[in-house]
Amino acid sequence: MLITFYVAAAIAIVSTVLMITRFNAVHALLYLVVSLLSVATVFFILGAPFVAALEVIIYAGAIMVLFIFVMMMLNIGDRATRMERAWLSPDAWVGPAILAVLLVIEFGYTLGSAGRAELAHETGPKDVALTLFGPYLLGVELVSMLLLAGIVGAYRLGSIRPEERESLDAIESDKQRAVIGGNLVRTGTGRTAGAA
Amino acid sequence: MAAILFGLGLAALLVRRNAIFTLMSIEVMLNAAGLAFVAAGARWGHADGQVMFLFILAMAAAEVSVGLALLLRLHHLFKSLDIDAASTMRG
Repeated sequence: MLITFYVAAAIAIVSTVLMITRFNAVHALLYLVVSLLSVATVFFILGAPFVAALEVIIYAGAIMVLFIFVMMMLNIGDRATRMERAWLSPDAWVGPAILAVLLVIEFGYTLGSAGRAELAHETGPKDVALTLFGPYLLGVELVSMLLLAGIVGAYRLGSIRPEERESLDAIESDKQRAVIGGNLVRTGTGRTAGAA
Repeated sequence: MAAILFGLGLAALLVRRNAIFTLMSIEVMLNAAGLAFVAAGARWGHADGQVMFLFILAMAAAEVSVGLALLLRLHHLFKSLDIDAASTMRG
């Protein structure tokens, strides 16, 4: 148990350090995924398989997808395609891939018959559910309220307000008017001078 | 290990000025706190630690959705992800 635990912990810490020191946000995100996966492995070794599965599904799955969506919304157009070409270069994914392969090897060892005996005493989903819906029922209700507030808040912040859109449109048409007017004014002198 | 991860997240929060990195370091810190809970629960053989981790997970999900929506608004307003751009208040 000790060796597998320390290997997973080392992978988590190394990938977190690498995440902090990246300049490209997507590279950092790859290292963050590896870090979360190794923490999930630590949970499994500590005898909490249910929580390990949730960590993979929700953290490494759902929350990371949210991050990636927002990054894609933020850089659109030419820059995005150029960056996409840069992401496919090997130095972007070799580091996270090596760490992830190490994790897979360790996970296979833990699941195999040799490592099976080394697992700590297991606290399964049944115990967790009994505790969650027994003494912690009030907490479950509070968390559901929090999630509802999160949904409403995200919707409210994510949608552009009507008055804001109006002002954006006004700015746009002002710009266009300035361009058109400038051309009309400039037809006499500037263009011919430039052509000559 | 939880302390090391939490310290790393805090350092990232203080060092980086990019809003996405700020959110990611908050994720790391919440994860470290959850790890401490699960480890304590495993040490004494209780399920309470895992229940607390579930609560932390739900809170992180809500926090990230609101934080990313705020980030989109920030990008609309300032055309950058530098959190120092939003440090001045109007009014």
